[in-house]
Amino acid sequence: MRTSGRTRKAAVIAVAGLAACATLITGCSSNSKDDSKGSSSNEKITLRIGDYGAFGYDDKTGAKLFAEYHKLHPNITVKEDNVSDSGVYWNSLKLHLNQTSGLDDIQAIEIGFVANATQPQYANKFVDFKSVKGFNAGDWLDYKEKEATTSDGKIIGVGTDVGPTAICYRKDMFKAAGLPTDRNAVAALWAGDWQKFVDAGKKFQANAPKGVAFTDSAGGLFNAVLSSQTTQYSDQSGKLIYASSPGVQTAWNLSAEAVQDGLTAKLQQFDTTWNSAFKTNKFATVACPSWMIGQVASNSGPANKGNWDIAQPPQAGNWGGSFLGVPKSGKHLAEAEALAQWLSAPAQQVKVFQKFGNIPSTKAGLDDPAVANTTNPYFPGTPIGKIFSDTAHNIQPAPIGPNDGTVKDIITKNGLLDMEQRGTSKDAAWKKVQATVKDQVTTS
Amino acid sequence: MATSVRATSDGSPRSSRTDPSTNRKSGDNGPPGGWRAKAYRLDTKASPYAYIAPFFLCFAAFGLFPLIYTGWLSFHQVELGTHANWVGLRNYTALWDNSFFWTALRNTFTLGVISTVPQLMMALGLAHLLNYQMRARGFFRVAILAPYATSIAAATLVFIQLFNPDYGMINQVLDHIGIGDVQWASSKWPAQIAISSIVTWRWTGYNALIYLAAMQAVPADLYEAAALDGASRWRQFISVTIPSIRPTIFFTIIVSTIGATQLFGEPLMFGGNVGVSGGSDHQYQTLSLYMYDKGWQVGELGQASAVAWVMLLILLLIGAVQFLVIRSNRRKLGS
Repeated sequence: MRTSGRTRKAAVIAVAGLAACATLITGCSSNSKDDSKGSSSNEKITLRIGDYGAFGYDDKTGAKLFAEYHKLHPNITVKEDNVSDSGVYWNSLKLHLNQTSGLDDIQAIEIGFVANATQPQYANKFVDFKSVKGFNAGDWLDYKEKEATTSDGKIIGVGTDVGPTAICYRKDMFKAAGLPTDRNAVAALWAGDWQKFVDAGKKFQANAPKGVAFTDSAGGLFNAVLSSQTTQYSDQSGKLIYASSPGVQTAWNLSAEAVQDGLTAKLQQFDTTWNSAFKTNKFATVACPSWMIGQVASNSGPANKGNWDIAQPPQAGNWGGSFLGVPKSGKHLAEAEALAQWLSAPAQQVKVFQKFGNIPSTKAGLDDPAVANTTNPYFPGTPIGKIFSDTAHNIQPAPIGPNDGTVKDIITKNGLLDMEQRGTSKDAAWKKVQATVKDQVTTS
Repeated sequence: MATSVRATSDGSPRSSRTDPSTNRKSGDNGPPGGWRAKAYRLDTKASPYAYIAPFFLCFAAFGLFPLIYTGWLSFHQVELGTHANWVGLRNYTALWDNSFFWTALRNTFTLGVISTVPQLMMALGLAHLLNYQMRARGFFRVAILAPYATSIAAATLVFIQLFNPDYGMINQVLDHIGIGDVQWASSKWPAQIAISSIVTWRWTGYNALIYLAAMQAVPADLYEAAALDGASRWRQFISVTIPSIRPTIFFTIIVSTIGATQLFGEPLMFGGNVGVSGGSDHQYQTLSLYMYDKGWQVGELGQASAVAWVMLLILLLIGAVQFLVIRSNRRKLGS
């Protein structure tokens, strides 16, 4: 009796426990079903967006887009996971994609890495925007969405901004060196040909104020020239052809010429010395992608306000720009797709441009009169919006490959910097570039 | 290597070995076969293992496993998250033919020498001075340890400012003396000297304290006898202090060699944007940097693992040489 009583009690407890578990489990599973259906529910959710540097969306310094979205969709809160360095960000994103874990609902992809992201191993982890409701690739500038398209035609991200590149120049230094200061006359100095830009540099250097170089760095000049070329590091299939690419040769030869003639300030872009060189007036020009004007303004400081102006470049180039992708592993796919599209819609792109200087990549956004009319108090009287949107329209697309970023770094940081700072000859530097590329790029 | 040297010179394992035996005797004195005695015996036998288990479990998880796994990886071609393909010794033979690897090896060696040798000599001198009776000795002893307590990042950032070719204090001072602008970042030897000065600055005090501890154990009557014989302080330093603390000197040499072989943070930070490649011409890329470059920039984990194992082998080789030197030295002292 005693023992059977005990077993009965145990059985009751066990059944009760099982029942409780079952309700819990069904409760859970029904919940998760609601989650996956998503779009219509009013359940409170948080969408995480992973990005790097400054996208200009946040509520503190940006265009307050997250707060605005929360107002439109009270059940959705947007959180940003921001990493300052885009290379570091891409390395960890790669790892997360490989493991399909730790991914945010939306992941930003920089143009330097988008060719990697469109490789099958990563592209399959992203939602194909072609199948997303409301997406129309024709809304973007022709070259923009092409860059995020895989070889079998999937589109893994929506374009945020483009990087049309103009030339920022110091009016006071140009005047001192006997060059024109009006932005149209300055643009006429080098219209149509980067060689003319280097020639103008020689004229400048001949009469330059002491200690002032024509341009900040060979690396900056190289990037500006290359980004305006139709053949860059890779061919259509993504294979590296940098060594025989006419675009790379043009950019390399011009940068080397600028170094040999002493036109560069021998700086390394984004280095602390480069930052301070703006304030200490070490150079007269810097290639200015639209996102660079913020750097120019904050590095040069209030003392130089009004000294800088912006002129059209010899040839229009695209330096920078990003995409927003939606990993398939997310819990709230429909909401994430909707948010990514909303963030990259013309109206929001214009807001970000006005607040932050990132040029819209959508046709409608670029043609918005608000963009053309935008000015910046640090550049009084300069029609910034017009200069950059004109340049953006004239950009000639070039094929990009998965190894472009690596080769670019090797050329600018190892090859050109070596010539500038250590006086290595042009040929020796190029040999070193080739050896380093061979060491750093796996061709298997 | 360092721990094994320490353990044998301590002699502590021997004393602990004698403890359980006495315990066992006392356990035998109890009622034979009683569970209490058994538990006691089990306790004395097993608990030492239980106490050291956490360390060895952690070591197995975070030391031994990565070591073996890295070795396994070094025979494969593998990228982050992808499948590993067996390539045999190809990663190693590729290193042999790779000029960047040899540059890194040379740089590691030269950086190691110009940072370790002056560092240890200065530490010896400092320790000798601090060993004398003087005012505020405690303050100085704490003060020399302060650099060791600062982070690599903070120290390197300050040194970058000091060594800046354009506005750095060092070039300004050199200018006054009449030495022209030294390119502390872009020229090979100046850059290596700048980096080694960071290392030296951080570790001199630490080594000095170790020497000081050893010097305090030197019997004072040796100095008295030397002084009676008319030996100067310099003579005392050479003939009494150095021979007496020789084992400690060997210990610091071994530890510093290991540290120098793994030099990473200082050149990385010093180089800024080109830190990973050790300057625009790899002029101060160390083996650790090259390994990081291969693993995290290029994404070739197999090649990075091969570099890691080569570093380990180099350390073992240096360790073996040092061991032989120490042994021959002991024999000399004994005879």
